[in-house]
Amino acid sequence: MPAIEAKSLERTFSDDVVAVAGVDLEVNEGQIYAFLGPNGAGKTTTVRMLTTLLRPTGGSARVAGFDVIDEAADVRRAIGVALQEAALDPLMTGRELIRLQATLHGISRPEGRRRADELLDRVGLTRAADRRVGTYSGGMRRRLDLASALVHEPIVLFLDEPTTGLDPVSRKAIWQEVSKLNDEGTTVFLTTQYLEEADQLADNVGIISAGRIVAEDTPARLKAEVGRPHLEVKIAEDEHALATEVVARFGQPLPSKDGAVLVELARGASEVATVVRALDDAGLCVESLDLVEPTLDDVFVAKTGQHLEGGETETGETEAIPAP
Amino acid sequence: MTPAFLRANLNVIGALGARSVKQTFRRPQLLAPILVFPTLLLAIQTGGAGSAVNLPEFPAVNGFLDSMLAGAMIQSTLLAGNSGAIAFAVDIEMGFTDRLFAAPISRFAIVLGRLAGTFVLGIVAAVWFLAIGLIFGASIEGGVGGALLVIGLVALSAAAFGGLGAAIALRAGRASVVQGLFPLVFVILFLSSAFFPANLILEPARSVADYNPLSFIVEGVRDNIVFSPSLEGLAEALGAIALIGAISISLTVLALRHRLRTGG
Repeated sequence: MPAIEAKSLERTFSDDVVAVAGVDLEVNEGQIYAFLGPNGAGKTTTVRMLTTLLRPTGGSARVAGFDVIDEAADVRRAIGVALQEAALDPLMTGRELIRLQATLHGISRPEGRRRADELLDRVGLTRAADRRVGTYSGGMRRRLDLASALVHEPIVLFLDEPTTGLDPVSRKAIWQEVSKLNDEGTTVFLTTQYLEEADQLADNVGIISAGRIVAEDTPARLKAEVGRPHLEVKIAEDEHALATEVVARFGQPLPSKDGAVLVELARGASEVATVVRALDDAGLCVESLDLVEPTLDDVFVAKTGQHLEGGETETGETEAIPAP
Repeated sequence: MTPAFLRANLNVIGALGARSVKQTFRRPQLLAPILVFPTLLLAIQTGGAGSAVNLPEFPAVNGFLDSMLAGAMIQSTLLAGNSGAIAFAVDIEMGFTDRLFAAPISRFAIVLGRLAGTFVLGIVAAVWFLAIGLIFGASIEGGVGGALLVIGLVALSAAAFGGLGAAIALRAGRASVVQGLFPLVFVILFLSSAFFPANLILEPARSVADYNPLSFIVEGVRDNIVFSPSLEGLAEALGAIALIGAISISLTVLALRHRLRTGG
């Protein structure tokens, strides 16, 4: 049984804006599924429908085996949700928030206290537990949000842009925690506009554009679909002709760029060492050599004709990673 | 909303009510309208218009402060409802209510949690003004029983007015809209017998005050302070609270359904 299943899922708003225009997806138990797309593509609307926060106007969806419309309460019992922008009350302390979350999930007071201590420790917030959330940094808020989503040990975890706006260090801390959760058996559905995040974390990626899934597969297969890796060989100008002749033995030469000779490797990255040896045997003096793999952005461009916003990482505040 | 529903959701309502009370005490701009503003108005009115008790048709009371306490309490309950509504709208704006909506609880319990908090703030307001009254020489003619009735009526009024605020917050979803309703509180108050006996108010305001449910609540509270508890006054006050409460619940249910259906 898939952990998440959507069939022709649609959401149209009253002003005839079609936010989601028939999404079909299937996420197997234990997978990390990344929903990749630019702002306004329909990621958050899809998550809101799957988490029962918004009623679909068409199609159907089941989460953890329950229908999101007819069995909404069962869905909510089975899922953990960390929404975009970490919706936390700045006047509450971290500990109060997790205990409240435990009460909302019907967990007894002593058990709620135990779970709060355990989760605060897990996300490295024990020392800040009794401080008001308003004093937390962005990364700390995200970690607290994640911890509160785990209080009832959900089967499926929804993370809506869990690292947007975070610095690279905080982002990696969240990634580590998501991977660990997945290793423990939790199915994770995350939306992101960061290519690296989808690439690093996801077993499967769905690319959404204008409310429709335009591509869906493993990151490796999606990238392989748009082309093989190419090699950029920087070499002295007067040796270009010979270098082009040598690399042509290994694949299709591409137009030269920035003084480099380019070749699309017919058999992929495994041929790099052979190319280097061939260049050396020809007596060529290579200044630098780069293996350029297709990225998910290339996939996005191939599927939608535009680059993904937010593909570049943002920098924000820096903070310590929680102690392991 | 049956007893079974309340029993099943008691923990959640209690936890959300406790959060709501803490939130008010931790944010001075929410607490000030409930205690500080009505206290200041009470001080100004008592100090500046105390000789009104000498007017020919003014009811026989021990002192002007005794007569004004009920008005201050009801003003406080209206402002508690307004503060609660602002806090609720802030929760909606920052997405905190989505966190609650995503939990496996009755969504109406979320509103009841907020109203439970407002109920507690009503108790705080009643005790505060009773204490102020006693410190500055007022007497509670109804004794301890009367004081308990005052506390109960004020707390129930706060929850009923809070329901109206919650409905507006759910429908508008923006704190600025709810905040804009603040002046209405004073219009409603001054068109009741909160600050002046209805028989001394000029027409057409007098007719409005005669039918304003707020007047019935104020008089029900005032009876216990100025005179002695009367069954008729209590029944009228409870009837007015029940009417406002029923309207509140109906509007809140509609607003909640709309928000859940449309997502905004």
